[in-house]
Amino acid sequence: MRRIFSKTRALSTALGMMLLAGSGAFAQSPPAGQALGVPEPWAMGLQPAFGPVKAAIHDFNDLVLYIIIGITIFVAALLAWVIFRYAAKRNPQPSRTSHNTVLEIAWTVVPVLILLVIAIPSFRLIYYEDRARDADMTVNVQGRQWYWHYEYPDNGNFNFDSYPIAEGDLRPGQLRNLAVDNPLVVPVGATIRVITTGHDVIHSFFVPSLGVQKYTIPGRTLETWFRADREGTFYGQCNQICGNNHWFMPIAVRAVPRAEFDAWAAEAKQKFAEGAAPGWPERDRATSVAVADTPSVEVRR
Amino acid sequence: MAQAAHDTAHSGHDDHHDHAPGFVSRWLFSTNHKDIGTLYIIFSVVAACVGVTLSILMRIELQEPGMQIFSGGQAWNAMVSAHGLVMVFFVVMPALIGGFGNWFVPIMIGAPDMAFPRLNNISFWLIVPAFMLLVSSMFVGQGAGAGWTIYPPLSDSTYQSGPSMDMALFALHLAGASSILGAANFITTIFNMRAPGMTLHKMPLFVWAMLVTAFLLLLSVPVLGGAITMLITDRNFGTAFFRPEGGGDPVLFQHLFWFFGHPEVYIMILPAFGIVSHILSTFSRKPIFGYLGMAYAMVAIGVVGFVVWAHHMFTSGISVDTRAYFMAATMIIAVPTGIKIFSWIATMWGGSLDFRTPMLYAIGFVFLFTVGGVTGVKLANAGVTVILHNTYYVIAHFHYVLSLGAVFGIYAGFYYWIGKMSGYQYPEFWGKVQFWTTFIGVNITFFPMHFLGAQGMPRRYPDYPDAFAGWNLVASIGSYISAASFLLFIWVVVLTFIRKEKAAANPWGEGATTLEWQVSSPPPFHTFDELPRIR
Repeated sequence: MRRIFSKTRALSTALGMMLLAGSGAFAQSPPAGQALGVPEPWAMGLQPAFGPVKAAIHDFNDLVLYIIIGITIFVAALLAWVIFRYAAKRNPQPSRTSHNTVLEIAWTVVPVLILLVIAIPSFRLIYYEDRARDADMTVNVQGRQWYWHYEYPDNGNFNFDSYPIAEGDLRPGQLRNLAVDNPLVVPVGATIRVITTGHDVIHSFFVPSLGVQKYTIPGRTLETWFRADREGTFYGQCNQICGNNHWFMPIAVRAVPRAEFDAWAAEAKQKFAEGAAPGWPERDRATSVAVADTPSVEVRR
Repeated sequence: MAQAAHDTAHSGHDDHHDHAPGFVSRWLFSTNHKDIGTLYIIFSVVAACVGVTLSILMRIELQEPGMQIFSGGQAWNAMVSAHGLVMVFFVVMPALIGGFGNWFVPIMIGAPDMAFPRLNNISFWLIVPAFMLLVSSMFVGQGAGAGWTIYPPLSDSTYQSGPSMDMALFALHLAGASSILGAANFITTIFNMRAPGMTLHKMPLFVWAMLVTAFLLLLSVPVLGGAITMLITDRNFGTAFFRPEGGGDPVLFQHLFWFFGHPEVYIMILPAFGIVSHILSTFSRKPIFGYLGMAYAMVAIGVVGFVVWAHHMFTSGISVDTRAYFMAATMIIAVPTGIKIFSWIATMWGGSLDFRTPMLYAIGFVFLFTVGGVTGVKLANAGVTVILHNTYYVIAHFHYVLSLGAVFGIYAGFYYWIGKMSGYQYPEFWGKVQFWTTFIGVNITFFPMHFLGAQGMPRRYPDYPDAFAGWNLVASIGSYISAASFLLFIWVVVLTFIRKEKAAANPWGEGATTLEWQVSSPPPFHTFDELPRIR
């Protein structure tokens, strides 16, 4: 996917001016060098980790994956040996063995030990994932039929809705069923406390590459957290059946440098007062590739 | 395994005073456990035609990105919900419990029939209207599209208006009542009607499996009944058990549902455990290895299975300490399951293996259940389930243990016992062809789903981001192979009854030691004129 983006970069540049003309227009393709949390065609493993929670999940996942692959191969090998060696033509006279105390104790105790090896890091992981100790800021997330509603209580208490972009309205570089009009914008490296609340039915706020998922349940307030360590855009989708458009309420989390975030928040607050949606951060709207290609973090404001 | 004595008088089958009731009194008013078992199996095959059709429609829709054949999300949701409910309540349970359970529990313990024959009849005839209600709910109004887990508020009248959700809930009520009656019948039969000498510790493992299953049903299904009754009154009579605006709580429903739902998955797999144990022993010509361990592993799975339900709710906001407990409890289930897997392998070890169709299915079961089991160990860890919950990884996991576990158990049992039940032996060649097409088809269908889930594809989506297209196409191709193998299975059944190859009382040789192999194929109407005596 990243390769596709670099190919479309020239096109996006060309479109840049045109996009600027439209109100709330933006190009969603992240400039080169930015992280992109999306599923990849034919991929077999987890989406890459772009935050500490997901990185911790990866470490644990690898441990368990090796163990379960080992167990599966062990069982398969035993079965293959039994099928080969004890086929009726090779072993016409069956034994009558039906007990072996040592073996039976072994295959009870060894799995217990393996489970202990899994359980210790597993407990550590769930307590780490549970909630942010020192959150830099809080965002309130609410799933609604069928869009997301975000609030920024620490940044002027503005809020806005994040709708998916219909297939016919997609711009080049935007991903079908993943692109949204207003992403959840956060500062890179900031610990984000996520508070989820319900509105109509249960939805699930799920961003795989940041390692975060929590239901949004009517009548409940739940907490989780994430941190994006790379500048970039991280996509997710509603992950609890919620009616007709369950499949069409994607999530986009956009992580930008702190200064850029502050500028976006200030603008968003102002726009919200005027009744408009905040849109993407300044740089995404302008698709100013020159700015994006420089590793600096300054914002043109 | 209980060694059945053959010294009781079974030789005179021919002069058995078999009464031959007319069609209506035999099949509609039947109180005979074998006839009711046959009805259950026929019912299950009919329901499987519906369930398989639904899954093929799903795979056609998911074959490519974009909407293919469904008008919209609600129609899709109604159909995936129906697929789940049909497969769980009307295919797997009727086949394993109502079908094979009814047929073979009384025979294996040396009883002439079930303890409550009329209750048995009602159990079956409750499940027929239940199935009709559920299937028609798909065609009434918008359909019941809240998933098989029917979580409120989505299943509430605000979001699923019209009668179809109520019809689905009543279908569950009827199916639940049927299961409870059946469970009471099995428990009474197994505790009170064992032949002289058939102590609990000599009982065949299939009977042990059915005993544990019956207890799970008896204790868990009433909880589902309570939950859906509250849902029905929330929908229709203004109560607010699950409505936060009235002081209720949607998460309460999840607790109640999964207190039923988790034992339910063991209800579906334990009978298959029993069947597989018999088949491995029969075709290895060896007694079961570690019989007591096998029996009490099932008891342990049943007991622990009741205290792990909230591992389905790791992202529902239960507290971190609660998650820690449910995680630990869930992982413990791997221990008795491991005992079973290794004991099955040890049963074959040193044996003299005959690879008939039932044996192929049983060996396939052991391997595929292991694959489904180890992914279950991974999902038990709340930390990693944060990114796997509700994704296709979960779909892959539970289809490996159910679609490739329980369904392999059903196929295995069918091939093992069809000669006994019908008196006609299946065609071995076509049976083997059917096994291999099924084995290849289901693996191509479900293995790629692990990859889709790891990449974060959520379940219950009729359309998906384009990146998921590749593995979805593979899965769809696999499902067409699986569906073709289901049609092949129907062909095998037809062929069995066309060829009319007479089955011997014991076609499997010295390895088949349980009581059903000591009576004729098919067994006489009341099986035993005189109670067998077990050494």
